[in-house]
Order: sequence, then C-alpha cells, then structure tokens
Amino acid sequence: MTTEVTSTLPPAGVPAGGAGGALLSLRGISKHFGPVQALVDVTFDVPAGQVTALIGDNGAGKSVLIKCISGIHSPDDGEIVWDGKPVHIKNPLDASSLGIETVHQDLALCDNLDIVQNMFLGRERVQHFALAEEDMEKAAGETLTGLAVTTVRSIRQPVASLSGGQRQSVAIAKAVLWNSKLVIMDEPTAALGVAQTAMVLALVRRLADRGLAVIIVSHNMNDVFEVADRVAVLRLGRTVAVRPAAELDRQIVVDLMTTGVSTRAVTPPDGKGVSS
Amino acid sequence: MSKVDGLPPAVEEELTESAALEAELAVAPALVANSLGDYLRGSFARVRGGESGVLPVVGGLILISILFQWLNSNFLTSRNLVNLLIQGSPIMLLAMAQVYALLLGEIDLSIGFVSGIGGIVTAELVKQSTGWPWWAAILVALIVCAFIGAVQGTIITRLGLPSFVVTLAGFLGLQGVMLLILGNGGSVPINDKVINDLASGNLTPTASWIVLLLVVAAFGIRTWRREEGRRASGLVAPPRSLTLVKIGAALAAAVAIALICNADRGTLVPIRGLPWVVLIVLGVLAMWTLLLGRTKFGRYVYAIGGNAEAARRAGVRLATVRTVAFTLCSFTAGVAGIVYASRLRSVSTALDGGTLVLYAVAAAVIGGASLFGGRGKAIHAVLGGLVIAAIANGMGLQGYSAAAEKVVTALVLLAAVAIDAVARRGRTAR
Repeated sequence: MTTEVTSTLPPAGVPAGGAGGALLSLRGISKHFGPVQALVDVTFDVPAGQVTALIGDNGAGKSVLIKCISGIHSPDDGEIVWDGKPVHIKNPLDASSLGIETVHQDLALCDNLDIVQNMFLGRERVQHFALAEEDMEKAAGETLTGLAVTTVRSIRQPVASLSGGQRQSVAIAKAVLWNSKLVIMDEPTAALGVAQTAMVLALVRRLADRGLAVIIVSHNMNDVFEVADRVAVLRLGRTVAVRPAAELDRQIVVDLMTTGVSTRAVTPPDGKGVSS
Repeated sequence: MSKVDGLPPAVEEELTESAALEAELAVAPALVANSLGDYLRGSFARVRGGESGVLPVVGGLILISILFQWLNSNFLTSRNLVNLLIQGSPIMLLAMAQVYALLLGEIDLSIGFVSGIGGIVTAELVKQSTGWPWWAAILVALIVCAFIGAVQGTIITRLGLPSFVVTLAGFLGLQGVMLLILGNGGSVPINDKVINDLASGNLTPTASWIVLLLVVAAFGIRTWRREEGRRASGLVAPPRSLTLVKIGAALAAAVAIALICNADRGTLVPIRGLPWVVLIVLGVLAMWTLLLGRTKFGRYVYAIGGNAEAARRAGVRLATVRTVAFTLCSFTAGVAGIVYASRLRSVSTALDGGTLVLYAVAAAVIGGASLFGGRGKAIHAVLGGLVIAAIANGMGLQGYSAAAEKVVTALVLLAAVAIDAVARRGRTAR
C-alpha cells in the first residue's frame, strides 16, 4: 500500500500543501450557475490507494463537484492539481486522458450489447478494419478476473440479463479497463439490494487496494463507513470537513451535513458500520 | 485494510448462486454448451426465454410451405420456388435497407420512393436517347439514392427532427419527383439486356453449382477458422460438432438451391440455372452482415439503438453514425429499386412506394428485428421478406384476391410481433 496519508492529514479546509500522497488536489474550487453559488472554495485531496467518500445533503454540490473533476463543467475559480501539476480539464476526453473515469449513476450501459462490447464501447480494438473480438474478449476477461468479478457466467451475455450489482460491476470494470488512476462513482449502491451492495462495495475496496484513487459519492451512511478511508463532507457548496473515516461516526457526519459543525466525540469503533 | 472482503461465506455463496440462476437463461447456448445435446437444450431454454433468434421465422416459413403445398401441389415446384425468390427479392432488399433505420430506433418511410427514383434514374440513363452503358446507369442511380439518404440523415441529425417526419416529407416529395419525371400515368421501358437480366437472367447450371459451392466454401472456411481459433485460445466457443452441423446445413441449403434452380422450369424453352438476383440478395446480405457484425460502425449502430446516451458518453459521434446509416439505408433501397425495375422491365407511376415501404417494415419485423432499436440483423430482413413473398405467392396460386392476401399478411405480422412480445415478457419477468 502507498504512504499513510491519513495520519498526516491537515485540518479541514486547509490545502494539503504539497502532500506527496495526493493524486488529485482540489484547491479553492468555485462554481456558480447564474446567481446560484453551487461550489464555494472547495478544497480537499484525493490520495491514491484510498477510498474518499464525498457526502452531503441534497443540493450540497456533490454532483457539480464531480462534474468539474470529470470535465463536464469547468470551475469558475480555483485549481485542480493532478499528480503534482495543475491541470485544466475542459471536457470528458481530457479527464479520461489523465486517467479519470466516472461511473455515472445510470451506468451508461447498452442493454443490447454484451459485457465485452460494453466495456470496449467507443474504444474498440480493430484489425484490418474488422473488430478484434478475441483480443477484446481476453482483455475484458482479464480485467473482470482481476477485480474478482466472477459471478458473471459468460462475458458474452447481454448486459440486459445481468442483475443490478453485476451491471454496476461491469460499469466499474469498464472504467478500470483503461488503466485509469482515479475512478469516480456516483451513488454506486443506490439501486441495489443488500447482497448486491456488499458485492459492489467489496469491488470498490479492491480498486483502492490495487492502488487506484476512488471517489465515491453516497447518501448511504452504512456504505460510507463500510468502505471509505476518508470522508469529505460538503454543505451548501463548501467543504465543512475532510477527515479519516476513523475519526468520524454516523452522528458526527449527520451533524456536519446539516449544521456544518459537530461537537460530539467519536463513539467507540464497535458501534461503527452497524445499521441504524 | 479490507473491510468488506470478510463477507460471511454464506452470503457470498448466495450471491454467486442467485447471479448464476439469473444469468442462466440469457447466456447464448453456444457459449456454455460442451456437446451438441447440451447446445440443443440450451437453445430450447433460450427460445422459451425470449431470445429466439431466427428460429421462429424459419419455423413459420416451413409451416407456410407445408400449408400451401397441401393446398396446391404446385407450390413447392422448382418453377414456383424460383419465381418466389425473384418476386420476393425487392422486398428482401428493401427490408435490409429498413433494418438500418430500425436498428437506430428510427424509421425511414421514404425508401419505397427512393427505390422508385433508383429505378427511374437507371431506366432514363439506359434508354435509347440517353444511351449510357448499364454499369454507369446503375452507379449513378445508386449514388443518387445514397445522396437522398445522406440529405435526409443530415436533416434528421443536425436539425434534430424526428425521422418519421423527415422521411414522410421524403416520401411525399420523391413521389412528386417521380410523377414529374414520368408524366401522369407514364412509364419508362427498359431495353438494356444486362439490366433486365438482373431479375430474369440466370447463370448456366454449371456456373450455378460453382458459385454456390464457392459461397459455401467461403462461409465454411471462415466459420471453421474463427471458431477453431476461439477454441484454441480458450475463449468461449460452440462445440466443434456444432460448427460442423452449421457448415453441413449451409452445404445442404446450397445443394438444394442448386438442384431447384438447375431443374428445367421453362414451359416452351428450357430455363435452368441460378437467377442473378439471388446472388445480388446474397451479396448485399453478406456485405451488411459483415458491416453490422464485424466493424466499429456496425457496433455503434447497435449501441445507439440500445442506449444513445451511453454511446455518446463513450465518444461515439452520433450524428455521423446516424447519417451514414440513413445513407446506407437509401443506397440499399436503390439496389432494390433497380431489381424491381428490372423485374418489370420498366418503371411506371404504378410503383406504390407506400405499400413497398410498409411491406419492408413488416418483413424486417416478421424476421425478428425490433421496432425499438438495437436488435435485428440483415438475415432477419431476408427471412421476413421470404415469408411475405411466400404468402403473396401461395395465395395467388390459390386464386385468392389481393384483399385476402393483405389480410393474411397483416395477421402474420401481428402474430410475429405478438410472439416476440410475449416471449420478451417471459424473459423480463424473472
């Protein structure tokens, strides 16, 4: 595993100041749509090899923030630092050429195509004008095996026939296939049952263990404490806290989300991750 | 480090099991079967599960043939079967054209009159006073048709108008153009031998054998190489016995076609051999099957029909792919129009583009293409076209009126769509 960034984490709202472990640093990102100030001076780091949860109430600016990172919006102000260098991400293509892949909530899969076809959609390998099917099938199979997605019986089955969790796994594997360094996931477990959620969270964990940086946007406190190493809390477009998950618990996060401050102490770790 | 890897084994097992159960139905039989028996069982499960492929339409064709043969022993004679292939070829070609639009989830209402324009341009260019060689006339006609498709496709994609409306305008406008060129009730006869032979000429019996066996050899070598390659590299592949059965079936079909076509079917003078038009249909079928199944463009057509937004996010240039698809649609309609004109040896204002286009849609849907996009192949259009031609031919043989023929075609279309819908419902209700 990479350096233990969590132990040297600066207080919330203060730039990491060149912390060596951060793959992506957001410095004072602001974005407004007309009179609506969606993001105000958002600052936090996303280290490699860790899962960073981005949470906040509805309208806190989570979606706008990930759209700024994945190139759909460009921020009005502030700086995005990627691997130590400031970058301008103007469109989704810029983001993917840096190694940033986003798994949207609706997954963006074609139901009528099979798993291999979906994973390579838009980046098919070609040999003499014909698709190099065997090549793609092997690569897709290796990626899925590498992520331990083994519940899929055949990678040549249409995506329409997959369960919700399997679809999510395919969407994640599609993002990983391109040697991406940062995978952003928007509500990956929102539509899933208990068992499927566990499957997807295990997959998210494996991505981080393989050294990728992961940002997971979630409403679900259980998921956050299950899988996240760090938690960034947004409230009304501002970062109110960026802390290791171990220094937070459910109640503190709810306080931060709703009021922006919390005076509580962390409850003992055994209370963590238990439902309600 | 990992917090969720330590999932209780029971849950993990359940995950795998339920997923496997869900996946079972949808897996193509060829992917999991190790023997032919397994494969057949898998196919049956798939048909029940709503992923029927070409089986229902082939079954329907066999049923229709048995029925008509029982009603009239002339139906399965070589003369009638060859006639049926020639009669059905324009619809098969038009249906292959329509498949491009249907795959995108769109519709092209104009292809009936686009094919009319293709026929007229050919006829006008080869007639005595113009005197162009046949190949130049065909080339120009196809370019004109492709251009019409490109214009319609550009309007649809760049202005974001519904294809239904744009091609309806094309339908009306091109009908007007046709009437303008032909004059009221007029017609242009075709006297060029090559062009007339497209629909009514035949290869010699020896040439028929050679061509058909070459086609089977090409298909067989391709299939064998590909599936052996997949087996060798450890990818999912159908069992070897299935590959042999496939090639054997193709060979049997070729021999049957050769025997039927090479039997003397003339009344006064002997007529033998494979009609040219069968080769045209097979050629277009092969081209579009390869384009749709084996190239990036084809993959994108399916992706747009399945989920246009996903395709857009994946970097597919939607407007370009759609425009090219509409262009190919009209191009294929042009081929159909030339064949149609060749069969009638003229183009006249009697050409009913409205009926033609609706028959083309019906053929594609009967064959198994979806009206909602993303599902369908060129072979579906050919098989559906055969069904429609068989009904028209069989009913005509029985002396039924055109009215009865239309009613029966309507019922077959409804039945095809209903069977498909019911099968799909069975599949989604899991």
